[in-house]
Amino acid sequence: MANLLAGFRYLINNSGSVLSLFGEHLRMAAIALAIALPLGWLLARVTWLRGPVLGVLGVIYTIPSLSLFVLLIPVLGLGLRTAIVALVAYAQVVLVRNILIGLVSIDPAISEAARGMGMNGWQRFSRVEFPLALPLILAGTRVATLSIIGIGTVAAFINGGGLGRLLFDGVATGNRGKIVAGSIAITMLALGANVILRFFERRAALAVRGEEQAASS
Amino acid sequence: MSAIVVENLTKQFPDEPQPAVDQASFEVDDGAFVVLLGPSGCGKTTLLKMINRLYEPTSGRILVGDVDARSLPVTDLRRRIGYAIQQTGLFPHMRIEQNIAVVPQLLGWEKPRIDARIDMLLDLVNLPRSYRKRYPRQLSGGEQQRVGLARALAADPAIMLMDEPFGAIDAITRTRLQDELLNIQHKLRKTIMFVTHDVEEALRLADKIIIMRTGTIVQYDTPLNIVMQPRDRFVQQLVGTEDMLRRLSLITVSDALAAQTPGELTPALGSRGSTELATISPDADLRSALSQLLRGDNAALAVVDQQGATLGQITFADMHAAVADRAVGA
Repeated sequence: MANLLAGFRYLINNSGSVLSLFGEHLRMAAIALAIALPLGWLLARVTWLRGPVLGVLGVIYTIPSLSLFVLLIPVLGLGLRTAIVALVAYAQVVLVRNILIGLVSIDPAISEAARGMGMNGWQRFSRVEFPLALPLILAGTRVATLSIIGIGTVAAFINGGGLGRLLFDGVATGNRGKIVAGSIAITMLALGANVILRFFERRAALAVRGEEQAASS
Repeated sequence: MSAIVVENLTKQFPDEPQPAVDQASFEVDDGAFVVLLGPSGCGKTTLLKMINRLYEPTSGRILVGDVDARSLPVTDLRRRIGYAIQQTGLFPHMRIEQNIAVVPQLLGWEKPRIDARIDMLLDLVNLPRSYRKRYPRQLSGGEQQRVGLARALAADPAIMLMDEPFGAIDAITRTRLQDELLNIQHKLRKTIMFVTHDVEEALRLADKIIIMRTGTIVQYDTPLNIVMQPRDRFVQQLVGTEDMLRRLSLITVSDALAAQTPGELTPALGSRGSTELATISPDADLRSALSQLLRGDNAALAVVDQQGATLGQITFADMHAAVADRAVGA
């Protein structure tokens, strides 16, 4: 109990640095999504690429996080960049697969109507395919974000920053308050991200089904 | 003038033993309602989709309003052609008004013009304007199909392509939608190409029917000529040309009147006062005339037009002559 209090005290006293560590986490999720979206779109069009690309991403996902970090150090050195590359690579398999499924599960009659009415590729994607695939894309984003948050903790080990630093620093200096603070912050980040992304996911699902609840959007 | 000219059009899909459409050639007049009819797999949908280039032809040529379809950017071509399909293809995440506005928006219309157009189209397809804010899921299948029709008509295209638009709709609603489509067509005079495998639907709607079998056009003619003079046994069986009631349904009372020899008419009128006879409109078909004749006691029906003028009488013999006469010419 005393540890818990110490943890909270640490969080309050150092809220500035904790927030910037939050920001680093969020940035990783954004970069991962920015890569996965075009990749998923590409796979939705080019059927033969699906097997190889998803296969490679699946293999990356099975590499233990610490080994992947260490493997990347000779190439990218220590630091945030290495951590981001590794985490983004991890997120790809979940994101790309969900984006792909979201795009290919759209009723063919709808895609055909969009084409037959004279929408070009970008208009079809932005006005029809993306909004309809959005619930699955967001579901993938949620799962990927949660695993990035989890694995991202380890990034501190290679000087990659993130909330994991609180844990590693706490262990190194025997500061229990810091360890607990790190645990609380990471847990809150994961729970918060889950709640927020879930909210958007539900909204998107309602909008896709064309229900009145979505009317306020 | 021909709105659509198709010359030697062929579509060979890869890995298929024979072409889906093989050397098809035909012309569609401006304002004509042409139905593509045939069993599934005969190539009618493939043919339709080549006109707005959802499929690119392997060889041959299509002229749309005297312009080679391939000379236009494909999106421009499609925005000029209305397109309605079976499962409506309505965008579920867009309100009815947004669905209808898609093509006008792509064409860059001003908002007030689009707004006015949406109201006008909802009126045209008999949907209340209050539906503007609804989503497709909140409408019945028949209503959704009306929206599909309104959406296809949105930018006032000269040409409409319709791919089994009423295929998934119950029989009663389908008949009503067919009637309304005919009404709309009377008002707007679009050039329509309509795919169906439903013979009744084809006969009801078409000015002319293109009958297809395994990728080739077997016969291209008016419904009456197809029923009276089927090109071969395939057409006979597909259309059921032996069905006399079907023949009767394609001939109007005024056609039958016109076919009478003048000598027959006068004595019939003289011998029985036409006031006693049941009356029928000259626009009715002979099938309903026969039905009415069988219901009454008299051997003739008085033909009375909307103004109340008696145009003559028709008898069972006239009906018999009407369906038999033309069969002789086959």
